[in-house]
Amino acid sequence: MITLLLIFFPLVAGLLLLFVKGPKVKTLALGAAILEFAIAVFALTQFHQDATTQFEWNYAWVQSLGITFHVGIDGISMLLVLLTTFLVPVIILTSFNTEHKNPSAFYSLILIMQMALVGVFVSLDGFLFYVFWELALIPIYFICLLWGGEDRARITFKFFVYTLAGSLFMLGGLIYLYLHTPGEHSFDIAALYTAGQSLDVVHQGYVFWAMFIAFAVKMPVFPFHTWQPDTYTTAPTQGTMMLSGIMLKMGTFGVIRWLLPLAPLGVEKYANIAIGLAVFGVVYASCIAIAQKDFKRLIAYSSIAHVGLIAAGILSMNTQGVQGAMIQMLSHGVNVVGLFFIVDLIQKRTNTREIAALGGIRNVNPQFAVLFLIVLLGSVALPLTNGFVGEFLLLNGVYQFNPWMAGFAGLSVILGAVYMLRSYQSIMLGETNTITSSFAPLETSEKAVLIIICAAIIVFGVFPKPLTDIVSPSVDQLITGLNTALGK
Amino acid sequence: MKALVLLSSLGVIALLAEIFSFKKLLYPIVLLGLITAFVLNIFDWDTNHTYFKMMQYDNYAVAFTGVIIVVAFLWFIMAEGFFKEETNLTDHFALVLFALVGAVMMVSYNNMAMLFLGIEILSIPMYILAGSNKTDVSSNESAFKYLIMGAFATGFLLFGIALIYGATGSFDLSEIVNAVSSGTAAMSIFSVGVLLMLVGMAFKVSAAPFHFWAPDVYQGAPTMITAFMSTIVKTAAFAAFLRLFSTTFMEVSGVWMNVVWVMAALTLLVGNITAVVQTSTKRMLAYSSVAHAGYMLLALLAGNEYSNSAILFYAAAYSIGSIATFCIVHIISTAKNSDGVDSFNGLAKTNPFLAIVMTIALLSLAGIPPTAGFFAKYYIFTSAFVAGNVGLVLIAIIASLIGVYYYFRLIIAMYFKESIGTEAVPVESNHKLLLLFIAILIIAMGLFPDCVIKLL
Repeated sequence: MITLLLIFFPLVAGLLLLFVKGPKVKTLALGAAILEFAIAVFALTQFHQDATTQFEWNYAWVQSLGITFHVGIDGISMLLVLLTTFLVPVIILTSFNTEHKNPSAFYSLILIMQMALVGVFVSLDGFLFYVFWELALIPIYFICLLWGGEDRARITFKFFVYTLAGSLFMLGGLIYLYLHTPGEHSFDIAALYTAGQSLDVVHQGYVFWAMFIAFAVKMPVFPFHTWQPDTYTTAPTQGTMMLSGIMLKMGTFGVIRWLLPLAPLGVEKYANIAIGLAVFGVVYASCIAIAQKDFKRLIAYSSIAHVGLIAAGILSMNTQGVQGAMIQMLSHGVNVVGLFFIVDLIQKRTNTREIAALGGIRNVNPQFAVLFLIVLLGSVALPLTNGFVGEFLLLNGVYQFNPWMAGFAGLSVILGAVYMLRSYQSIMLGETNTITSSFAPLETSEKAVLIIICAAIIVFGVFPKPLTDIVSPSVDQLITGLNTALGK
Repeated sequence: MKALVLLSSLGVIALLAEIFSFKKLLYPIVLLGLITAFVLNIFDWDTNHTYFKMMQYDNYAVAFTGVIIVVAFLWFIMAEGFFKEETNLTDHFALVLFALVGAVMMVSYNNMAMLFLGIEILSIPMYILAGSNKTDVSSNESAFKYLIMGAFATGFLLFGIALIYGATGSFDLSEIVNAVSSGTAAMSIFSVGVLLMLVGMAFKVSAAPFHFWAPDVYQGAPTMITAFMSTIVKTAAFAAFLRLFSTTFMEVSGVWMNVVWVMAALTLLVGNITAVVQTSTKRMLAYSSVAHAGYMLLALLAGNEYSNSAILFYAAAYSIGSIATFCIVHIISTAKNSDGVDSFNGLAKTNPFLAIVMTIALLSLAGIPPTAGFFAKYYIFTSAFVAGNVGLVLIAIIASLIGVYYYFRLIIAMYFKESIGTEAVPVESNHKLLLLFIAILIIAMGLFPDCVIKLL
């Protein structure tokens, strides 16, 4: 029941919001998002920290085709639901000093997108998963098209077609597995697992590629990333945050929940290529990030680097890799939202995102400098920040798969420090110039967002255990299951 | 059968209206008649009546008749303006109603003669209606082209029927099957007959390479008639096509399967790719209508237990989506005197309601969840997958991506481009209600497809 509430509350709230006019919309949207977070926290208190799937709801949806409305929450889903429901109110709060035209439609779309995202994370039926997966695309497409920046029609359309193309491959893979389910065909996750694991290695390979492309486009993994920098740069700040903070996790989550158990032999067979692509993407994106002049674009590339490492960790199929990926998904979500918010703050005050044009903001606004520094340290994975735990586990996981790959992936930490610290230096330190000298102090809502994010960075950097406890039984069970399927 | 009788009598009543001067009452009478026909049709469910071996009212026929009547009802609501001019009013009513009679015959025939009659009863009113805008040159051109090409296709069809009769000695579908399976039929003549009929049917459903008439005819005809052709005519033609090929000609599937494979691939690619470069929305929708025939051919080709319900669902989803798009195109093109894509610029600002309904309808035609069109495509792909046509599914996936491109051109125009004037386009209240109903129906069919697909 609580799962249904988690899915449908944002939808109802979003639709109701369409009928609200005037400045109340923001507050109401924030209220709805906070309420949704409260529901998620309540679910967490009721959640038994073991590997079982809880709060299940199974309803025959399209009976004649074996399609069910089957949802439930296990540790992996719980963590991502928490991330989604935590980030959406923060993202709404970031817009408190921005005036969007037609705000009721804007916030309504954000809430409807939240519904689809939660749906993706709790689906236990292949068809339902696909429907939510595609459903998430429509609101974000309109958010980017209606409120985005220059040249948005072309860029958002490229994004739409890219992800849709990937998804259609996944649909093909799912239908293929569905037709191999024993007895009455069914899309239920357990039946699909059985069908996938009963295939031979060649056919699991086909399934692997069909689904991997969909997830790789969403994350994005090199060479499927070309839509990402443009889209992140053009989208309105809140859209970028939804994309990078939460939507990206649909891809990594998809690999954990669907790809690994559906085609373990396929993953094992092609892991070298897939991890190779991911790790190459890490180094490649980091190098490009170093050369960026636009700060928003730099963060977009750094996001490719981070997610590449997450993908590599998951595909190494060991406990450390997957566990690290889960933690890192959470940290990356929080940090990247913080970074994009900082970009937005700077842009609003100085009308530029060009790193070289800025400088000396610390002299004008030291408080902002400190908060920025904390977010930045989190994203370069300094020990005692939230980024460290995940990155450490991920590198450990990749090392077990192949030390060389881990070596290359480790470059991301160094390169990440290079481009992040360099841009910090150029933006915040040095001489104050005409553009930055009038840097206005932070508004209350802006301060609130940054403090929430910094608190999350430090608290979960020092005490990661509550989070790992939620997820580790499910991860252990997943890895055990995979090892059985692989005959280890 | 009762529905068929009722529709025919409605047609006759429409003709009498001129003599007994109750023209004003005709519109409500027809709407009421359609509702009654729908109810009567429901009573035929599960009865499996046959009439002198000529017509067979199995569930297949009843389901398709139901879809045709519902779409016709929506069409009449949309086309109220078409029945407002004083001259020729009763002719218009009678012609449309007789066309419906033909459509119902095409989904329920059990005899080649009835198939032929159904096709002709449907086609001849359509030839006239396509030219019903008498003062417009392109409408005249459209009617003339349609007539010439249609007559040509009928020739093929008739020749095919004649050869099949020669090979098997019967017009009756079950006797044809018997003759083929018992080996008494002259197979070489029979195969040629099947291929000739395939050409005729492919023309009627506008499958490539027999689609060339469609864009010109669709563009030239009055928008309302275009909507009728691309929904009801297409549904009926596909139902007839499927009824013939999935049962009677299944024995000789080796003869036509490969041909239909190539036709499906061509239709998907030609329809979608050509639609991309169109600047007129009507012409774009015409090509998209060709493309949708391609998807339905996939299910026809699959010839398995999913085929019937897949085509039923697809035809229904596609028809209601098309009614909505044509209705909005009609509203916009009358207001702005142009049916170009750029006449949709800025519609989201001036008429948000129209823009939202148009978006839902286009998303459905493009096959994006949670709309009816998505489930329809999914179901078609599944049926093709089961039949092992993986290559064709891949082509269809690529084709639907191309489809997204041109449907989204309209969406981008509506939301992103600036309009020239800021005045809202006037919308009649019956159109508003109709569009609202269709928008809800599209989502509802996407969320609860079971209601339709478990019929067959």
